[in-house]
Amino acid sequence: MGNPIINVENVSKSYGGVKANMDISMKVEAGSITGIIGPNGCGKTTLFNSIVGYHAIDSGSIKFDNQEISKLWVGDIARLGLLRTFQQTRIYNKMNCVDNMQISISHRKGSASKMFASRKGEIKDRAEHLLEFVGLYSKRNLISGDLSFGQQKLLEFAMALMNEPKVLLLDEPTAGINPTLINGLIDRLRKANEELGITLCVIEHNMRVIMNLASDIYCLSNGKMLASGKPSELQNDERVIDAYLGGH
Amino acid sequence: MLDNLKLLFEYAPIMNVQVILDGIFVGAVFALSAYGLALVWGVMNVKNLAQGDFVIVGGYIALALYEYLGIHPIVSIPIVLILMFAYGWAVYKLIIKRVIGNDMFISLLATFGLSLLMQQVMNLIFGPEVRIIDPKLPIYEFFDFVTVPMAKIISLILAAIFALIITLFMKKSRMGQAIRATAQDARAARVLGINTDNVYAFTFALNAAICGVAGVLVSMIWVLQPFYGITYSLRTFAIVTAAGLGNLPAVIGTGFGLGLIEKYTSIILGVEYEIAAAVLMLLVVLMWRQIQMRKHRQVVR
Amino acid sequence: MPRNKLFLYLLILAASILGPVLFPSFTQQMAILWVMILMASTWDILGGQMGYNSLGNITFFGVGMYISAIIQISMFYDVGVYTSAFGAIKPEFTSNQYFIGLFFGIIGAGVGSLILSLLLGFIVFGLRGPYFAIGTLGVAITAGQITGTIDYIGGGSGISMPFFPGDIYFRSIFFYSLCFLLAASVHLILRWLYATQFGLAINAIRDDEDKAEAMGIPTLRYKQYGWALAAFFMGCIGAVFGNMVGFIEPIEVAFPTPTFGIFMVAMALLGGKGTLWGPVIGAVLFHLVKETTWTYLLGWQYVALGLIIILNIVFFQQGIMGWLQTKFPEKFGIFIDDKTHEESRVAMDDK
Repeated sequence: MGNPIINVENVSKSYGGVKANMDISMKVEAGSITGIIGPNGCGKTTLFNSIVGYHAIDSGSIKFDNQEISKLWVGDIARLGLLRTFQQTRIYNKMNCVDNMQISISHRKGSASKMFASRKGEIKDRAEHLLEFVGLYSKRNLISGDLSFGQQKLLEFAMALMNEPKVLLLDEPTAGINPTLINGLIDRLRKANEELGITLCVIEHNMRVIMNLASDIYCLSNGKMLASGKPSELQNDERVIDAYLGGH
Repeated sequence: MLDNLKLLFEYAPIMNVQVILDGIFVGAVFALSAYGLALVWGVMNVKNLAQGDFVIVGGYIALALYEYLGIHPIVSIPIVLILMFAYGWAVYKLIIKRVIGNDMFISLLATFGLSLLMQQVMNLIFGPEVRIIDPKLPIYEFFDFVTVPMAKIISLILAAIFALIITLFMKKSRMGQAIRATAQDARAARVLGINTDNVYAFTFALNAAICGVAGVLVSMIWVLQPFYGITYSLRTFAIVTAAGLGNLPAVIGTGFGLGLIEKYTSIILGVEYEIAAAVLMLLVVLMWRQIQMRKHRQVVR
Repeated sequence: MPRNKLFLYLLILAASILGPVLFPSFTQQMAILWVMILMASTWDILGGQMGYNSLGNITFFGVGMYISAIIQISMFYDVGVYTSAFGAIKPEFTSNQYFIGLFFGIIGAGVGSLILSLLLGFIVFGLRGPYFAIGTLGVAITAGQITGTIDYIGGGSGISMPFFPGDIYFRSIFFYSLCFLLAASVHLILRWLYATQFGLAINAIRDDEDKAEAMGIPTLRYKQYGWALAAFFMGCIGAVFGNMVGFIEPIEVAFPTPTFGIFMVAMALLGGKGTLWGPVIGAVLFHLVKETTWTYLLGWQYVALGLIIILNIVFFQQGIMGWLQTKFPEKFGIFIDDKTHEESRVAMDDK
């Protein structure tokens, strides 16, 4: 096995009585696309939130690139190169698309000159290039809050790419997207992984999408890790099928 | 400052009794208006920066009734209550209603604008001098050093009675229940047929009435000045922030607590530091919260 | 810079120079207009652009005013003696002494306020929304109260500032120029600043601070820089204002929170917060209304202003610039552009 860029070990998290994550362990290989599946409410987003630093975990360890991140703040983790997209799609809704992109550059080496850099030039070029990549180039001067939901999702994705992360956690990237556009999104995800070398970890409900996209899959159920393996293995796994169909 | 400290703890410890009593008397008024603020905040999510000015207005109405109609402040309470209730209702319908849904800062700024307006109107009508009402009630003296005006005792009692009435009202009456339902989930309340707009209007008007009563008490036991409102607003915010929204006993307790803190500060450092003490308490509570939340990687909202 | 923008600036410059020449009796009012523009513009850095609505920026104004007074006096006399002899003895300042003192006073005021903003920032920048607003408001009110207790700097009676060595006409032009220069500097600095990544970063914080944090933007740093900039200039203008008025006092002159403290917010809102010109337009309009209502309404002036503020907040929150932006989006660069990236590049190169 290669080097796990994210190593989750025995992570638990409760919310006032509800045990959202119980003793979860997971590895994400560098350069791969890993999927996380499971019925609604099984703790997938909570796990994401724990990894990116959105809330504290009760116990366990989370390592990113061999560095312990479970006590770090969201900003610090992001600057290490670990980003996430949100289920309800969050963008800077009063700024136009180009500006949304420009401010999304990586802040890893935060020098003063970068802080006060002009907004023309290379950064703008790259922003526009990525906007074209997701098909939003013609809308680049519109206020992002005025875009449709699907367009905002694409923008959020493009912003993440602009940041040149090492790993991108995507929370249900195809949710709410018109089925005819889903293939386009999948293509772009694959391109980002293959051409830009970004490791992806994706929460998905759409089985067709995730089984085709991911090389490794983890299935959660009721806060616990139920099964893990290659897509073909899980597709025939009794427990996984039960978790979805049996539903408590 | 050192002299004052010595006075309190070495030479005349009996003075502590005076300070504590003063703190309680004034704290009762703080607690009352803090309750009103918590009510409006909890039900409508409106942070009323004009809270203190509502209090002062109530005081001035009592002053006017006293000077022109000879009505004693204690007797004027029901009148002030009704007038302030009507005023609160009008303010809701004209201003607050339109800014409720918005960006939080807009509602804050709207009430701040209202505060400015009210201060200036009061300044025009009553002038910038400090005013008090002489309640012409006996003053008791204990232990040579402790003076307790009857007015303050009555004020405390009235505050307690009033608070009790409000609490009973909120628990037992239909409107009280409607208010509590709306506070928990406005949409659900609407679905169940509650006219949330009326509930909001009533809540805001009730708050104005509470402030009005607090104002009458202030006029008897303290001073009125058109621009003192903002200091009351800061105090009530400090209390509500420290005590939390849903917790009535905590609000009352913190109200008294702040009264004590202020009076001790006043004796030791001087009257001008009273408001500094309130602001300091606010900032300390907020800093404490921040530190607590940092442990959970969250921020204070 | 595009031709018509340059023309606009030249026009403003001409008006600014001609103003006191053509209407010498109104020079101080015009100077105050520049003060208002500066106040609204600096408030807007945090308020409109970053979404951190401070109700206490006036603290820096007052602090700067007092720091300058202390520096100006202490360079040549003992401050305590000076303030306690209020009215009775008026020490002389030679021309050199005055201007040197003023120079260091203004710089000291700016730097002092800047440092204060960094210290305060540690306390208040962890707070969001209403808590930030109320916290800063509390600081401003407290500053006024506590300054009034310190007899060394005149306590509640205030300080009579050193006498200006020169005739009245020269004096008014001098202070007018200082106010104008400070306001113009702020505007030009902001003009540049908002066009850099900094401008985008503070807007991102306004739109979604959590998202900004999640994208790795070091938000605290931006907050500190923004407030430091505002504090520096508020301190400087406070120093100038104190000298212009000639007499400083804690509640009415240095820390007038319920009036000028909120006026700066109202002006930015009126003109359109979060824009470069919004606060400027708002300040001009507000100041005009304020001056005209003084003549016709006298005592009711502040009541009228309060009413205008409320009406503005309730019915016209987007302000003038905001309204213009919804009416003419293309003029603000908001449009759909169907060319591809390559085509645009080629078109740009051709220009």
